[in-house]
Amino acid sequence: MTAAFLQISNLYKSFGGVAATDHVDLEVLEHEVHAVIGPNGAGKTTLISQLAGELEPDDGQVAFLGRDITRLPPHARAQLGLARSFQITSLMLDMTVRDNVALAIQAHDGHSFRFWRDARRDTALTDRAMQALARVGLEGRADTIAQQMSHGEHRQLEIALALATDPKLLLLDEPMAGMGSEEAARMVEILRDLKGSKTMLLIEHDMDAVFALADRITVLVYGKVIATGKPDEIRADESVRRAYLGDEAG
Amino acid sequence: MLDPRLWQAREWVTALTLAAFGLAPVFTELASQPFILDLIARLMILAIAAVSLNLILGHGGMISFGHAAYIGIGAYAVGIPAYYEITNGFLQIAIAIGASAVFAFFTGLISLRTKGVYFIMITMAFAQMVYFAFISIEEYGGDDGLVIETRSEFGGLFDIEDTTTFYYFTWVSLVAALYLVRRIMRSRFGMVIEGAKGNERRMQSIGFDTYKYRLTCYVIAGMICGYAGALLGNFTSFFSPEMMDWTHSGELLFMVVLGGAGSLFGPVLGTAAFVLLEEFLSGITIYWQAIFGVLLILVVLFAPGGIDGFLGRLGRKR
Ligand SMILES: Nc1ncnc2c1ncn2[C@@H]1O[C@H](COP(=O)(O)OP(=O)(O)OP(=O)(O)O)[C@@H](O)[C@H]1O
Ligand SMILES: [Mg+2]
Repeated sequence: MTAAFLQISNLYKSFGGVAATDHVDLEVLEHEVHAVIGPNGAGKTTLISQLAGELEPDDGQVAFLGRDITRLPPHARAQLGLARSFQITSLMLDMTVRDNVALAIQAHDGHSFRFWRDARRDTALTDRAMQALARVGLEGRADTIAQQMSHGEHRQLEIALALATDPKLLLLDEPMAGMGSEEAARMVEILRDLKGSKTMLLIEHDMDAVFALADRITVLVYGKVIATGKPDEIRADESVRRAYLGDEAG
Repeated sequence: MLDPRLWQAREWVTALTLAAFGLAPVFTELASQPFILDLIARLMILAIAAVSLNLILGHGGMISFGHAAYIGIGAYAVGIPAYYEITNGFLQIAIAIGASAVFAFFTGLISLRTKGVYFIMITMAFAQMVYFAFISIEEYGGDDGLVIETRSEFGGLFDIEDTTTFYYFTWVSLVAALYLVRRIMRSRFGMVIEGAKGNERRMQSIGFDTYKYRLTCYVIAGMICGYAGALLGNFTSFFSPEMMDWTHSGELLFMVVLGGAGSLFGPVLGTAAFVLLEEFLSGITIYWQAIFGVLLILVVLFAPGGIDGFLGRLGRKR
């Protein structure tokens, strides 16, 4: 078997003695959609933050494309092709929607020590920004200041930013949370389109979405992995049912 | 932007102010009031400093409380060579900009690792170090200051010993500084600076090493302010370390906030308001600084965005 696309080994992180990531081993294969599910406070966001480089693990390793990235800062990981979306929306609120997405594109279009040409007239950025917005259905809002959009639109822009960097690996922290049912359905469609061509680590509470999208699922409880497997296996797993799924997967 | 038919209050004020500054020598000569020219020249020099501070403060969200240090570095870059009878203006300005860049680079390297109030304190501390350094160098006048006997010479191209020539030299410098900052802020680099002000964490997460970009911005601002310092040294013909004291860094902050942090022309208006008020109020009362305090409170409370923000709202109402 080829080396895993993303390999997490023995990862450990505690907050004041309480383990939020408890010796987690997990591998994500190229082109798979790997869902991580678990109850509130299970340590899903903490896990993603360590993968993205915002939180430093106390112990263990993260390897991406065969390279140890455990101590790499977030921007360097992004340059390697890792992108995350935030559970709590994180945007450049003072800038327009188009500028937000254009920045994500610009970040992966060489260095930005370019001081003279007007970036907003740079069609290499703006055209691609409009495409990225069209993909999430925000093209009509391009000139709106991000601050002035609705919560659901913020969520869409949040995902658009991650997608616009054209990453090799997408770390999505509850992308559907806070979206209306129509927007959420659209997001499932977007992710389904990407399935097969992009690798994704997907955290999501919406079980319909998870079972519709995931190739494999890992269940996290109190920072520990209690099961990893195909959706059917997870559905059938007794310990998972007891710990988390309850009647939902019925 | 360049089409007057689309101008609103903001653009008109910018154009008219710059035109008024440009035409002032014609009128003041008629009125035989050269002191007004001097006042505007000083105003324009300080405005360049304020514009440079605004680049990091308003656009970049880096609240530096040590910007007056660059004024000093620039002024001494004229004064010290002149002391050794090196009066080549190109060389002096190159030293002013170069020394400011080096100082900004090394202090920025450290201070940009901090945030918020720590950044404010550390920039102030570095500036005070320069201040005390120059006080202690007796050779260059110590705390008595340094007399700059001859103005910079530009190889016969133009002669800034002539008041009107110096005035236009300053005017062109201000316009150039504004144009430069405008270009920078609209460039890809400027977008990164603006984005990092809004949400540094997200900017890093999409792949920007924001620290490097901020440091570069910090150095550029220092260089522009160093240039303003070189102008001020020429203008006053005398430079005292006292002019780099933290209170003067505070005044520059005041000018930026009063005029409108983050707008292109706001700092110029803020400087104008400051210099003119100082001129008139200090003639009326020795407590003029208290009036500034009240003014600043009113601006912060009732006119967010300063004078420029006010003009922006005027524009939209029409
Ligand atoms: N910065 C922090 N400091 C202290 N404790 C933290 C911190 N971040 C997370 N925790 C704790 O770590 C545990 C895991 O939190 P985390 O946010 O990763 O859970 P989650 O699985 O993402 O939950 P949710 O489904 O609610 O988003 C929780 O007990 C939380 O209180
Ligand atoms: Mg979470």
